[in-house]
Amino acid sequence: MLSAYLEMIRIRFLMMLAYRVNYYSGIVIYSLNIGVNYFIWMAIYGSNNSLQGMTASQMATYVAVAWMSRAAYFNNLDREIAQEIRDGTVAIQLIRPYHYLMVKFFQAWGEGLFRLFLFSIPGMLIVSLVFPIHLPGFDPVWLLFAVSLFLGFVINTQINMITGLAAFFILNNEGLVRAKRVLVDLFSGLILPIRFYPGWAQAFLSYLPFQAISYLPSMILIKGVGGSALIHAFTVQIIWCVLLCLPIFLLWRRARRTLTVQGG
Amino acid sequence: MFYVRIFLQYLEQYLKTRLVYRWDFLAQFLTDLSFQAVNLVFILVIFSHTTSIKGWTREEVIFIYGYFLVPFAVFTAFFNLWEFNERYIIKGEMDRVLTRPVHSLVQVMLETMAPESLAGALVGLLIMGWAAARMDLQWTVWDIPLFVIFVIGGVLIYGGIYIALTSISFFSDSKTDIQPIMYNIGNYGRYPVNLYHRIIQFVLTWVLPFAFVGFYPASYLLDRDHWMWLAFLTPVVGVVYFAFGVFCWNWGVRHYRGAGN
Repeated sequence: MLSAYLEMIRIRFLMMLAYRVNYYSGIVIYSLNIGVNYFIWMAIYGSNNSLQGMTASQMATYVAVAWMSRAAYFNNLDREIAQEIRDGTVAIQLIRPYHYLMVKFFQAWGEGLFRLFLFSIPGMLIVSLVFPIHLPGFDPVWLLFAVSLFLGFVINTQINMITGLAAFFILNNEGLVRAKRVLVDLFSGLILPIRFYPGWAQAFLSYLPFQAISYLPSMILIKGVGGSALIHAFTVQIIWCVLLCLPIFLLWRRARRTLTVQGG
Repeated sequence: MFYVRIFLQYLEQYLKTRLVYRWDFLAQFLTDLSFQAVNLVFILVIFSHTTSIKGWTREEVIFIYGYFLVPFAVFTAFFNLWEFNERYIIKGEMDRVLTRPVHSLVQVMLETMAPESLAGALVGLLIMGWAAARMDLQWTVWDIPLFVIFVIGGVLIYGGIYIALTSISFFSDSKTDIQPIMYNIGNYGRYPVNLYHRIIQFVLTWVLPFAFVGFYPASYLLDRDHWMWLAFLTPVVGVVYFAFGVFCWNWGVRHYRGAGN
């Protein structure tokens, strides 16, 4: 059974490879985003060498690492699930001998791996030639980052599943999908590192799963988080991975009961 | 007159279909609002760490953002061409459009319009008004007609670029990701351009002139005369880019062969 799911990873990886234009344009999009955010941040730093305990050079690196991580953890699962619910193909998926959501998860994994190897890593090399960013050399911190980034991917995928499944209840959830995207970008620390928020907002955000997607992995790589802070970061990520299974399970159970296929 | 009547009929149909999914209508409205709030949060948080960015104060940056929302809202309401490729080319609806005696672009725009996005313009005006009140801006009688002209110019620029991009669909039936790129770049036009590297400034002014949608007109309304002539160019650039978009569209329609067979 597991081998069937692992096969999903491979197939999705190869499918992504077929859309060559999307791949090239993706690298352009991400480089542009990094470029513009880099200039905005450097203007904000202005003559200050350090803000909120981050130097300008660490900030430049943060922008690059966070956007390139996004390329790896980002996927369109929310749209895909909502689409399959709307056009009724979900009904066919339900009678097949595998778990629909598990299939989706492994497909997302295939997409994530594709973007990581053909997108984030080459993109990072290009960006590091253009912008003055400082990455750790050959160092075990890369391994910690990799684990943390994977957990961030799992959490983001779970949130996407919840958003996609919402289409069972609000039939056209396009607006929800778009709003979720900007909220995740903002609250995950991608656009604004969590430590830049005022104290009360930081406290609030620490109770939400979003920081575990982008902020925690990026900080592990950039500031070399160690000791208890590192254990804390991983604990937070794992707790969210487990906790988010619950709403997915409940939504899924209710959704199968209320399934109305429109025009199917 | 003919087009006005068609517009009103489409609007009526649109409202009927939207009100079937009443909750969805509300959800869309609320998510649009949160979308705009997010960018505002970014600006507010940034300015809790610095008093000015390259000579721009918090209120000025917020004013520019508020202004940008107005043309942006009109654009999203009537140039909803995101799924053109999938819906009209791949699924073949373009054939139906082409058999009717109304210009194909007008039909597509009317069929895909989302007038509820206009609420964003109201939010923009409120944000602008708030920022202007805090800055004691001196308004003249000319500012109001200029504002309207600038907004129309901005919508034409945005619309023209998107129509041109959408026209690519006539030549290729596979999906491209160029539109999301433009969407990102379009958003960058709402920050003061002197933040960016010279190359990006040049691109945002003369190649993909999104700076005319937000920054140049807004900075003129802020009484920053440094960019005055660029601000006055807004309607000209708008007409040029819109004409270019329509030209690409017509050219694409002539080239179009239909999908499937």
